Amino acid sequence: MYAFLFFLNFLLIYTVFAVYAERKLSAFIQDRYGPMETGYYGMLQTVADLLKLIQKEDIVPFKSDKTLFKPAPIIIFVAVFAGFAVLPLTSGFNGSQAQIGVFYLLAIVSLDVVGILMAGWGSNSKYALFGAMRSVAQIISYEIPLGLMVVCVIMISQTLNLQEIAFQQGIWWYNFAEGGENYLFGVKALGIETTNIGGFLTWNIFRSPLLLIGFVIFFISSLAESNRAPFDIPEAESELVGGFHVEYSGFRWSMIMLAEYGMMLLVSFLAAILFLGGWNSLLPNIGALKLSEWTSGVPGTIAGHLWGAFWLISKALLLVLVQMWVRWTFPRMRLDQLMNLSWKYLTPASILLVLLSAVWRLLMI
Amino acid sequence: MKGYWRKIQIATSTLRDGLKITSKHIMNARFQRTNLVPEADNYFEKENAIFTVQYPKEKLPVPDHGRYKLHNEIEDCIVCDKCAKVCPVDCIEIEPIRSVNEIGKTSDGTPKRIHAAKFNIDMAKCCFCGLCTTVCPTECLTMTDDYDFSAYDFEEHNMPFANMTPLEILEKKKELEEFNKQKEAANAKKKEVVPKATGARPNVGGAKPTFKPRVPGAKPKIASKPQTPGKDSSDEKEKTENKQKSVFKPRIQPKKTAKPVLKPKPKDSGDKE
Repeated sequence: MYAFLFFLNFLLIYTVFAVYAERKLSAFIQDRYGPMETGYYGMLQTVADLLKLIQKEDIVPFKSDKTLFKPAPIIIFVAVFAGFAVLPLTSGFNGSQAQIGVFYLLAIVSLDVVGILMAGWGSNSKYALFGAMRSVAQIISYEIPLGLMVVCVIMISQTLNLQEIAFQQGIWWYNFAEGGENYLFGVKALGIETTNIGGFLTWNIFRSPLLLIGFVIFFISSLAESNRAPFDIPEAESELVGGFHVEYSGFRWSMIMLAEYGMMLLVSFLAAILFLGGWNSLLPNIGALKLSEWTSGVPGTIAGHLWGAFWLISKALLLVLVQMWVRWTFPRMRLDQLMNLSWKYLTPASILLVLLSAVWRLLMI
Repeated sequence: MKGYWRKIQIATSTLRDGLKITSKHIMNARFQRTNLVPEADNYFEKENAIFTVQYPKEKLPVPDHGRYKLHNEIEDCIVCDKCAKVCPVDCIEIEPIRSVNEIGKTSDGTPKRIHAAKFNIDMAKCCFCGLCTTVCPTECLTMTDDYDFSAYDFEEHNMPFANMTPLEILEKKKELEEFNKQKEAANAKKKEVVPKATGARPNVGGAKPTFKPRVPGAKPKIASKPQTPGKDSSDEKEKTENKQKSVFKPRIQPKKTAKPVLKPKPKDSGDKE
């Protein structure tokens, strides 16, 4: 329940500032200022936009399929928001400690597609339908490399529980399970134990360097999953006007917008937990300098919660920032290029990585 | 297979280049482009900084006398009507009242002999060609550096420069009328005595040759004016306009009657020939 309240509020506040940050970042990339007038340095721009948005009329097209059109934004948002349920924000703070956390997350997030298809079909508009079809084709294609990368992490971690995956990547592994030990690059033969060193050395991308490539593939797929540029052909403002949400207005539209930013945050959280050490500290213990211990409280204590939340949220927000940076750098891909990238490059690479991860796992034990 | 790896390599390197470029721009967003005047040497060089000029708060420097808003320094204006004549879009509207005697001098020493009852420049019509400023003999009509004069109503673009009060205008008109009457009377007397004595007719003496061609040309203009601007002007304006009519009519009529007086003039020239 606490997690629900926390994540809902966090998501709302985050969205307000993420929209602001995105506008500022895009402005800086294009040598502009971005919003400057509302509030100091334009800080309240999104708040003002939001106030305007919720006052707007909720327009439902006359010829739309209302049974599909009306609930679609809710399904999209709920599908994304439900994903937050299993995220371990800190060592002791998460919605559900389900043993099948990652599996549940991937499954529930896939429901997003259903909502998008409902919105596109129900709008009874060619642009919306095109957008929805593209979105479905894209998300289904990119779910394969995304899922396979998660499989890689699961093979290294030997668990589907996100909290356990997070615990494994730091100095507090023994708090969760007995007998856990990390070796440098996961190779036991090297004989350098890093369990008590922690920091970035025990992150999954260092526990198995293969996962560094895996992280890149995961990141690319997650961009497609959240319909962000360069994979934003479902929305494609310049050709489809707005894609599947072209007929929406007011509060329903803001729900879709919220879901898009929520999706960005969710995949960033997931990437941070699966690859970048979750809520564990960045700094390693170096001899007497117990940097890792100093910058991460003991699990269960208030300090542990605060440090954990700090590390995980900053990692996730950093990834969101990178997503924005990528969006304003690269042009949109054509549909065939998109499929090309997924099926000819990312999927084979993912399958290969799954195989290699299995081999790497053998080195770890 | 070779092409496959090459494509991956090209993709990675180009993506990295792209990110490098945008990150450079993010870093440069700390700076603001300096305000350069067009004369500066590095005016066309690209600066790596924010380009935006936050307009009402910041302004780019412009020349002092660019092709912007017109301004007439009415104290220096001799109401010669050249600007109104040269204007290709007829945006300058002048109503002159000849003065009985010299009003004063402009800052460059030119004597002023005509009152400007009306000197309106309609910036909504103006095509910013600058011809009026070049013909202006006393350089009182200039283009300023003020380019932001947008208004909610077109009427606000019609800028009055004359500073005479309605009362003053009326007074001056009466003065002129009386003077004309006196002169007419004098002329009539002279005609009786010497029909040829037309040289004394314009009181303005030396300025006569310059004004002579203008007066007949401008007269029909003034006479026809009350019909066109009469509809958009305010009540007050209309009143004055009507008054003008009544004032001017007699002014023109005496002329017509005076024509026989003028007639001798071509004879004069004929005599010269």
